[in-house]
Amino acid sequence: MSYLTDRKRVTGLGVAKNGVEHWVSQRMTAVALIPLSLLFIFPFMGALDSGYDAVIATYAHPGNAIVALMFFTVLFRHHRLGLQVVIEDYIHNHRRQVQLLILNTLVWRAAGVTVLFAIAKIAFTAT
Amino acid sequence: MVDGTNDNRPVSPHLQIYRPQITSTLSILNRITGIAMSLAALLIVWWFLAAAISPDYFNYVDGWLTSWLGVLVLVGSLLAFWFHFFNGLRHLRWDAGLGMGKGEVARSGKLAIVLSVGATSLCIIFAL
Repeated sequence: MSYLTDRKRVTGLGVAKNGVEHWVSQRMTAVALIPLSLLFIFPFMGALDSGYDAVIATYAHPGNAIVALMFFTVLFRHHRLGLQVVIEDYIHNHRRQVQLLILNTLVWRAAGVTVLFAIAKIAFTAT
Repeated sequence: MVDGTNDNRPVSPHLQIYRPQITSTLSILNRITGIAMSLAALLIVWWFLAAAISPDYFNYVDGWLTSWLGVLVLVGSLLAFWFHFFNGLRHLRWDAGLGMGKGEVARSGKLAIVLSVGATSLCIIFAL
């Protein structure tokens, strides 16, 4: 017999320790991407294969630039969280799993800063 | 255990035992399209970076993305995008506790396929 409550005895004994933040964040980014992906994809498809000047003109427009900055900020968080689950599910070798999880984080952070800088430069330097 | 070291207790049937169903097939397709779009996303980062560097380098990268190989990848990514978009809406509905009936999941799955193929076709028609 124990004077501890059932809740107190099991708290902290699960394997995950955390995960609610991940789960909520995956869904929050998904909801944000519904409007952002639609607002991004149509100007982007218009700019693709229309030449350098048209691309610069598209993203010199504050509306397109701001949408693109928001889109990639949220998208790469969504990508990082999604691929994290894939790695955790299918890579069973612990060392390899940790290596890939680190790589996953670094790639999406680096890609995020790169694309945000590139879009900002286009938006600020277009004449 | 599953590796047979401890005992020979029965284990639950795994993926290759079950007949594929629309629910399980679309579930794995959601993952596959997500992984595939990661690669497309990095290509698009390259494209934006090129536009920020110089007209010459942009033309080089844009040439790759609009070559037959690039178009194949981008059209595939477009289909992946629309599928992940509509299937993602199913997932968000389920997270809200809606649409989880046996008939409903099959119906919404078929609808997601039809909508994603339709939206991809419309995009291709307008892009040409």
